[in-house]
Amino acid sequence: MTDQTPVNRPASPLAADQVNSWRALPDASGHFGQFGGRYVAETLMPLILDLEKEYRKAQDDPAFWSEFDSLMKDFVGRPSPLYYAPRMTEHWREKAPAGKGPKIYFKREELNHTGAHKINNCIGQILLAMRMGKTKIIAETGAGQHGVATATVAARFGLPCTIFMGATDVERQKPNVFRMKLLGAEVVPVTSGAMTLKDAMNDALRHWVANVHDTFYIIGTAAGPHPYPELVRDFQSIIGKETREQMLEKEGRLPDRLVAAVGGGSNAIGLFHPFLDDPDVKMTGIEAGGHGVDTDKHAASLTGGKPGILHGNKTYLLQNEDGQITEAHSISAGLDYPGLGPEHSWLHESGRVDYVPITDGEALEAFQLCCALEGIIPALESAHALAALPQLTAGMDEEQLLVVNVSGRGDKDIFTVAEALDVEL
Amino acid sequence: MTTRFDNAFAKGPALVTFITGGDGDTAANLDALVAGGADVIELGMPFTDPMADGDAIQQANIRALGKGTRTKDIFDLATGFRQRHPDVPLVLMGYANTMIARGANWFAAECAKAGVDGVICVDIPPEEDAELGPALRGAGISLIRLATPTTDASRLPAVLEGSSGFLYYVSVAGITGTQTAAQTSIEDAVARLKAASDIPVAVGFGVRTPEQASAIAKVADGVVVGSAFVDLVKEHGDKAAGPLRELTQALAEAVHSAR
Repeated sequence: MTDQTPVNRPASPLAADQVNSWRALPDASGHFGQFGGRYVAETLMPLILDLEKEYRKAQDDPAFWSEFDSLMKDFVGRPSPLYYAPRMTEHWREKAPAGKGPKIYFKREELNHTGAHKINNCIGQILLAMRMGKTKIIAETGAGQHGVATATVAARFGLPCTIFMGATDVERQKPNVFRMKLLGAEVVPVTSGAMTLKDAMNDALRHWVANVHDTFYIIGTAAGPHPYPELVRDFQSIIGKETREQMLEKEGRLPDRLVAAVGGGSNAIGLFHPFLDDPDVKMTGIEAGGHGVDTDKHAASLTGGKPGILHGNKTYLLQNEDGQITEAHSISAGLDYPGLGPEHSWLHESGRVDYVPITDGEALEAFQLCCALEGIIPALESAHALAALPQLTAGMDEEQLLVVNVSGRGDKDIFTVAEALDVEL
Repeated sequence: MTTRFDNAFAKGPALVTFITGGDGDTAANLDALVAGGADVIELGMPFTDPMADGDAIQQANIRALGKGTRTKDIFDLATGFRQRHPDVPLVLMGYANTMIARGANWFAAECAKAGVDGVICVDIPPEEDAELGPALRGAGISLIRLATPTTDASRLPAVLEGSSGFLYYVSVAGITGTQTAAQTSIEDAVARLKAASDIPVAVGFGVRTPEQASAIAKVADGVVVGSAFVDLVKEHGDKAAGPLRELTQALAEAVHSAR
């Protein structure tokens, strides 16, 4: 960490010491070390620079944050609970060596309006869109969660909304397609490439480049060109800020380890970021290991990829030696993407956060275990985080505290899970 | 030192033609473009995620990659082209990730070895020049930048800084091969760019016919045509050289006689 320009963002107790902070990036040029940046076509550059300017103004505007907070409370239903999971705790304690097995807490983002953390970011971005005078909203979606969240805020503020969704996903996720349409969005099936999330993002960018004058692109994760990774992180940081307060209230101290699934990585960075400067708080990001990272069917870009440039940022990507992007695979549509947010690439290389892969099979087991033990149906994305509990809890003492981000609810995934378990509905 | 670009643009308005490498019989197609009178050749490096391209060039990328086209094949095509056509400027056009995959210095050195004159990288704006620009300039390869209708006066100096060969004016805010810009807006933009720049200005995106090309060549130093050629390769497969040559001749005549 050298030579950083302090960035201007809402004051936090930690912002004073930026020089030795893990929270001072991106730098003035939008980079997290070698990652991040603004790798976009020239047509988009002026808009990206405008967005940054407008975001800097919003950061300093108490009225912006007060509207954000008020929507978070009354529209989204925040704060989401920090829930002590007693049976999950007991379950892993029994399997751990004597004296091991920490107290397990769930940060319950699945209780938010629309059923996941995605709405936090959509609220923030649509407020920015309106500040910029943009009158149309576009977004990409994979499983449809971000599409639904975007359609929701577009309906709430009365802006027309177009969602780009891979044709394969449109077919796989019919309930979400219908939800988006009910909310008034137009859903455009994308037929390029493998017709999934990556291709939806390509087509959203193509549409945006032709409509920059009146259109705002609500990117769904902490990736894309600067300032998106930063502003998405800031909007999602409400997860970690609440967790911090709630844990201090319940236990009188900070958690020892945080766990979250990483697709693009917005729920994980939202939980992690407010704790990055607390050296005793360890963090684990869970990548989608698909059929296994030694196969060609996974979405673990840190474990199986290398740095490259796609969708406006430099980050770890699944790619061949020519730099052609390879298809990702995960049972969880929300993790099925060949890259991840640039700040995660930086946290990985700098060693502040550990990243480990979890396979489809492990996630399925954890999905069922969470249903049976806690009465909570988690999203398959969140089930990846829950599946890391056996390896993480075995080495932690009983009095230690672990928080899993249950980033979304699993209603959307029951068809996928039924199919994987050979159950006919 | 006089470059191939200098010579190509010294004769009056130039026709710049684009096809995707690895799509159809690329070597024969490149020869057809030269035989038809193209002054500058752009060879597209296929990429899995061509975000700035419309359907025609997306499909060409998929066809090329589907046939197993590798980066090495693109440099083999460039090397062969340079041997057959020692004087025609050759530009590689594509996306950052395929250019930096083995390191920018490796890419620049391969370009120099193959006789490539310039590189257009769609997703490296001036702000990220460090990624590729220094390596290319160090190897004597021109970095050809893009200016667009959204590039305002305050950005233009940054776009021009470090660019050479020619300036590529993307005449529509959009993707390749779709909309067409109004002639008056092109004229205004070219006048603005030429006032700020001492390198030639070529205009592209949405240009398909000799009539359009002729109108643009009245004001610009070059006219870029891409998707119309790529469509011919799609239609004629491995036997596209004849039709490519015919279209090139019609366009070249229109461009060269515009003034």
